Amino acid sequence: MTAVVEENTASSAPESQAGAVASFEVTLRIRRYNPEVSAEPTWEEHTVTAYGTDRVLDALHKIKWETDGSLTFRRSCAHGVCGSDAMRINGRNRLACKTLLKDINPDKPITVEPIKGLPVVKDLVVDMEPFFASYREIMPFLVTSGNEPSREHLQSQADRDRFDDTTKCILCAACTSSCPVFWTDGQYFGPAAIVNAHRFIFDSRDEAATQRLEILNDKEGVWRCRTTFNCTEACPRGIEVTKAIQEVKRAMITRAF
Amino acid sequence: MAQTDATPLVASPRSPYVRRKTTRGNFELYSWVFMRASGVVLVALIFGHLFVNLMVGDGVHAIDFAFVAGKWASPFWQVWDLLMLWLAMIHGTNGVRTIINDYAQRDLTRGVLKSLLYLAFTLTVVLGTLVIFTFDPCPPEAPAELLASFCTA
Ligand code: HEM
Ligand code: SF4
Ligand code: FES
Repeated sequence: MTAVVEENTASSAPESQAGAVASFEVTLRIRRYNPEVSAEPTWEEHTVTAYGTDRVLDALHKIKWETDGSLTFRRSCAHGVCGSDAMRINGRNRLACKTLLKDINPDKPITVEPIKGLPVVKDLVVDMEPFFASYREIMPFLVTSGNEPSREHLQSQADRDRFDDTTKCILCAACTSSCPVFWTDGQYFGPAAIVNAHRFIFDSRDEAATQRLEILNDKEGVWRCRTTFNCTEACPRGIEVTKAIQEVKRAMITRAF
Repeated sequence: MAQTDATPLVASPRSPYVRRKTTRGNFELYSWVFMRASGVVLVALIFGHLFVNLMVGDGVHAIDFAFVAGKWASPFWQVWDLLMLWLAMIHGTNGVRTIINDYAQRDLTRGVLKSLLYLAFTLTVVLGTLVIFTFDPCPPEAPAELLASFCTA
């Protein structure tokens, strides 16, 4: 890798070489916030050189490492697995590590903001605690009896498929923070909590479905969902979030009538 | 480290975001089902109403005081209109209640808006129901010049 780069820089026109990755200038318009300096957030623009293979996260790294070390954001895996870098990019919730710059029109400044509806701590870092509090409330663990530790809990492929979609959640909060009902007062459980409840409610090995349905049959539970589909559009894992919410609603209705 | 005094106090960002209380119960479930059920019934009631008033016979040109009086002389249309009034009012009020819950950010705003909503609901439903049941096109003690032509005929 290093050798190739050196070879490229040595030659006169790296751009013209076969297999060379095109580079371009891109401007990021970032919403900065530091409560120790000002109570008001400000917009700041940074222009960096990026490559066709670069993601928004790479551009943020470049700014943080080369221009302004005070830029604050979360990231861990950098490969769409850990769920720590959900942010509002050009007005849509995405993972910075899964969004290629070339896919979101780098000719115009790209806006980068913290996800909405959760309190901002600094720059792109929000306080995730209210989000995880809702997650904990729905009991995100298997509740079951029998077969203690010695034997497996068997499950058919069809039973596993029933909740396969909702097992993919990485708890990035892109869905919950894209929901206008959540934005209003942050009291709604939010799509992510419902998705993770769905993962256990429809698991044939789990025995606490009734309890989870009761928890979500709340004024701030599934009935606040207005089916706007923002969550489904936002989910970086492609989970059909609105559908999962709807299935939980249906389970409650069949139980009540 | 004498600067500790100058360090600004940053309030915990979390405080207003914690869910305040548990509000479990079937109310929102029934309300959700009611919106759908009443919606289906309203389609039949509203389009039946529009068809009979605007399209049958002379259509819209036939609507006058006598037309309404004639309809409310029949228990069938009394029940139809009563159902339409009640269902549309409960459905509409519940819909606006949802909208207030979704958009009002402060409890006080929410409370004021909902009080106004329920007041408007009560007034409309009580007056509407009263009119449907007590409607008399030719009250006997009214002066003759105020009466519709068909009362004296
Ligand atoms: C023509 C037949 C009708 C049907 C099929 C119908 C159906 C529905 C349904 C299913 C909802 C729930 C939407 C949701 O939960 O997201 C709704 C909401 C609502 N309806 Fe109706 N409705 C009808 C007539 C009416 C009438 C006559 C009024 C006014 C008096 C009305 C006012 C509302 C309001 C204000 C909402 C709340 C809006 C919202 O939740 O986004 N509807 N309607
Ligand atoms: S459902 Fe999707 S958008 Fe929501 S927290 Fe899980 S991975 Fe993120
Ligand atoms: S950094 Fe882990 S998901 Fe993006």
